[in-house]
Amino acid sequence: MEKELRLMKGNEAVAEAAIRTGADGYFGYPITPQSEILEYLMEAAPYNTTGMVVLQAESEIAAINMVYGGAACGKKVLTTSSSPGISLKQEGITYIAGAELPCLIVNVVRGGPGLGTIQPAQSDYFQAVKGGGHGDYHLIVLAPASVQEMADFVELGFDLAFKYRNPVMMLSDGAIGQMMEKVWLGPQKERSKTVPEWATTGKPPTRERNIITSLDLDPARQEVFNRKLIAKYNEIREKEVRFEEFQCDDAEYLLVAYGTSARVCQKSVQLGRAEGLKVGLLRPITLFPFPSKRINVLAGKVKMMLSIEMSAGQMVEDVLLSVNGKVPVYHFGRMGGIVTEPEEVLEFLKSKIIRG
Amino acid sequence: MAEVTGIKEFIKPENLVYKKTKIMTDNVLHYCPGCGHGTAHRILAEIIDEEDLQSETIGVSPVGCSVFLYYYLDIDWQEAAHGRAPAVATAIKRLMPEKFVFTYQGDGDLAAIGTSETIHACNRGENFLIIFINNGIYGMTGGQMAPTTIPGMKTSTSPYGRDVKIMGNPLKMTDIVATLPGTYYVTRQSVHTPANVRKTKKAIRKAVQYQKLNKGTCFIEIISNCPSGWRMTPTQANKWMEENMIPFYPLGDLKVPAEEPDQQTKNPEKND
Repeated sequence: MEKELRLMKGNEAVAEAAIRTGADGYFGYPITPQSEILEYLMEAAPYNTTGMVVLQAESEIAAINMVYGGAACGKKVLTTSSSPGISLKQEGITYIAGAELPCLIVNVVRGGPGLGTIQPAQSDYFQAVKGGGHGDYHLIVLAPASVQEMADFVELGFDLAFKYRNPVMMLSDGAIGQMMEKVWLGPQKERSKTVPEWATTGKPPTRERNIITSLDLDPARQEVFNRKLIAKYNEIREKEVRFEEFQCDDAEYLLVAYGTSARVCQKSVQLGRAEGLKVGLLRPITLFPFPSKRINVLAGKVKMMLSIEMSAGQMVEDVLLSVNGKVPVYHFGRMGGIVTEPEEVLEFLKSKIIRG
Repeated sequence: MAEVTGIKEFIKPENLVYKKTKIMTDNVLHYCPGCGHGTAHRILAEIIDEEDLQSETIGVSPVGCSVFLYYYLDIDWQEAAHGRAPAVATAIKRLMPEKFVFTYQGDGDLAAIGTSETIHACNRGENFLIIFINNGIYGMTGGQMAPTTIPGMKTSTSPYGRDVKIMGNPLKMTDIVATLPGTYYVTRQSVHTPANVRKTKKAIRKAVQYQKLNKGTCFIEIISNCPSGWRMTPTQANKWMEENMIPFYPLGDLKVPAEEPDQQTKNPEKND
């Protein structure tokens, strides 16, 4: 089947990709800057075509618990929100992780803390990558840097979620969600008819009853379960690391950036190279699992690393851990909804690090 | 010894009138002596058996004393976060409309932390059954004041009795959901006498039929007791419930289908 070329916002691309990949259900609540996703789905009305359920919930809390209910039936379900709404979903997310349910959660990040701004930011890295809710768990975190990737990571997200029975978060931001780019969309797929053996679909006489829960009052059994989760996360660390390198081969100065910041830094690399500076860029595509091994290898080849984030410095902690003291690591980035300029990155590199 | 022999002679398969349902598992109930949950579970299991619903049913258990409901009924289960069962059930039923879906929730779960999910699911007319066990107290956490604790009632967080001027008023969720356009059948029952058990069972059977006909939300409140939380013997608890809880929460139908007029709507039945 032919792919179709469209000009779309990142948010619209998520919605269209969800329909085309054969999602069974979407549950959301309006919040800027991602309300286009729910609006697009309501206008597309896929319940009349593919049979996909679309429901505007009464709150983010209800929406994520609808995702729990749908995922526990073995269905392909997703929800989307932005930072304050994602905070509200955290209880549901830890229950989903604890019950080992597959689902896709999209965070179109805006500036915080609190109600913050409605402009793009990358200040939810800790929340997405380090936990967010209570208890020992990890999400698989995908960081799109284009409208195309916002579309592509819907299917990739569902594939990983079902492969590992683990919630997947797409950590986007207000810039990628709102900007328009060309995007290639895959053909419409049928919704899956296969039912995972663990799904709650009504107990036939041929199997034991399925119970979806994250509760175990016996600490010994709970610890066994925690160890099982750790083994799963280690397998994900081993097999699912994704990243992209841009002029890293001969780089002396390595920028590390994801999402919108990676787009900005690509320009910074070009500007730096034009001035004769050997600048390179490593773009993590998966934030969990983090490309720690590759960064550690590159740390043996470069003079320093600079983490560029639209935050006060969150991913820089993972860069530091990966580098493990081999070379100096710095952080630079604008905050509060302001997108870093490519020239600012280069200026910081030259004045504060190379000359400084 | 003659008496014992007599009983043994009486215990024969042909004389069996009461037995464990097919759906109840062999797990020993964790509930306190005299608690109403066991009876409520039992009649729910009887209905699932009698209506042959085992392979069609997905139950959603709450957080509270009945959190382990999934130990006792041999059906597929989802354990919801505190108060969120109606949101969870909303997705289950919308994604699998042909299945029988119910939630089973206590008063803290449904009428405090889950108020929003309850009201909005009922208002949307989600086509599942909500069974609401109201014993006026948080049982599992040790007997704290619930949203349904009646005025003057003593709990561990209202040790001098619920003073509504300080602690606010009890919330009659069943009366509220009966006013919502999405609910189809709303009733308040109890399980503390054989007659009431039969009425509650009849109500659940009706709700099963209405769900098959896609009628909207059915909501069954069961006024129950909590001997441990109330610091009473089971007998005292049932007596206190009859004398105090039921006058405050009168039994009977609050909303019945228009095509099935029921006098109980006008005259809530007296407890017998």
